Amino acid sequence: MESHVITVEITTPQFKKTFENVISCSAPGVKGRFQILYQHAPFISHLEVGEIKLESAEGTWFFATSGGFLEALNNKVSLLLDTCERADEIDVARAQAAAERARERLKQKDKNIDVQRAQLALARALNRLRVAQRK
Amino acid sequence: MATLREIRRRINSIKSTQQVTKAMKMVAAAKLRRAQEKALAARPYGRKIEEMVQHLVATVDPTGEPLLKPREPQRVLLVTVTADRGLCGAFNFNVIKQTLHRIDFHKDKEVSLLCVGKKGYDFFAKRDFQVVHHFIQFFNNLDFLHAKQISRFLVDYYLQDRTDVIEIVYNEFKNVAQQNLLIEQYLPLQPAEFEEQKVRIDYIYEPDRETLLKELLPRHLEMQMWRVLLESYASEQGARMTAMENATDNASELIHDLTLFYNRARQAAITKEITEIVGGAEALKTG
Repeated sequence: MESHVITVEITTPQFKKTFENVISCSAPGVKGRFQILYQHAPFISHLEVGEIKLESAEGTWFFATSGGFLEALNNKVSLLLDTCERADEIDVARAQAAAERARERLKQKDKNIDVQRAQLALARALNRLRVAQRK
Repeated sequence: MATLREIRRRINSIKSTQQVTKAMKMVAAAKLRRAQEKALAARPYGRKIEEMVQHLVATVDPTGEPLLKPREPQRVLLVTVTADRGLCGAFNFNVIKQTLHRIDFHKDKEVSLLCVGKKGYDFFAKRDFQVVHHFIQFFNNLDFLHAKQISRFLVDYYLQDRTDVIEIVYNEFKNVAQQNLLIEQYLPLQPAEFEEQKVRIDYIYEPDRETLLKELLPRHLEMQMWRVLLESYASEQGARMTAMENATDNASELIHDLTLFYNRARQAAITKEITEIVGGAEALKTG
């Protein structure tokens, strides 16, 4: 069991962080959630807004992401994310405000409003709030 | 000859100028450090995304992707990246000069400009150039969003078939005292960048490769733009630091010279007064 671990590397435009000895990494692919374990086949996927979960002997971590890419190769998972916040680092008040703003915008029947953008913003904010519960 | 009071006034005025240049130098140094940190933090992401793009491009037919397909270059869009502010030596003017050279180089083609940074925009907008758009006054709170905006604009512009080639003229940060002026092709992406990859790995793609590439390319371009902005910003601060340091040194030198001059003049005045008194006394004695 000890040797059946993978390395996970999270890279965003702001920072880079590496997690060793990870047993399982699950991420929100555009075609559904998936899990990467030891000796996964080479894999590249596009990720959508959602939650990333890392499990290791030391504990379990949750991250909120607004999408990106994942590459799994030789027991190394590289996550290329637009944003990534650990569950306990999420600014709940800000996420709530963002969700409120997005809802407000969706309610208005104004033609000038970019519905898709507002929906995405709402999805991101709700995702943050959901993940924040899991610390 | 200047009176003592005039000299003293000048010394004081130079002293306050020196204080300003010293402060500006310090501010530039602090900003430079922050810019460098940001640039450093962004590097791994850029490298990784480039790696992925390379993987995919090697396995995908590039002619199907408009961002990769070269066109007959008839129209050129030059993106000039200057600073929003001056007082940084020849920094802005070097970019402008290089841009003018480049326009000359492309004189058989139709050249238009996109100005990033207020200084370049001020220069080109006042003259007879075709400036299609500008992004100014954001360097003070530079954010990834700005890179995104600019990149989106450029990609849209290219995809709407309004230009055939997009080139960027910008300063690359070498060290505090040195900047490298670079001209880089932004679009279409050059296949030379994607050299033969080391190992062909049979990946599982989700979704398919073409869709992935369509998602990855804009991000790659955004990252590229982000790097350009950070490099330029760091260079600007470096240039300003050097310029302000020189200004401070010059002020010190001026103050030194003027103080010498002031003391000499003061001494001369005292000597003159003494001679006058002595002369007067002598005249009284003999009289």
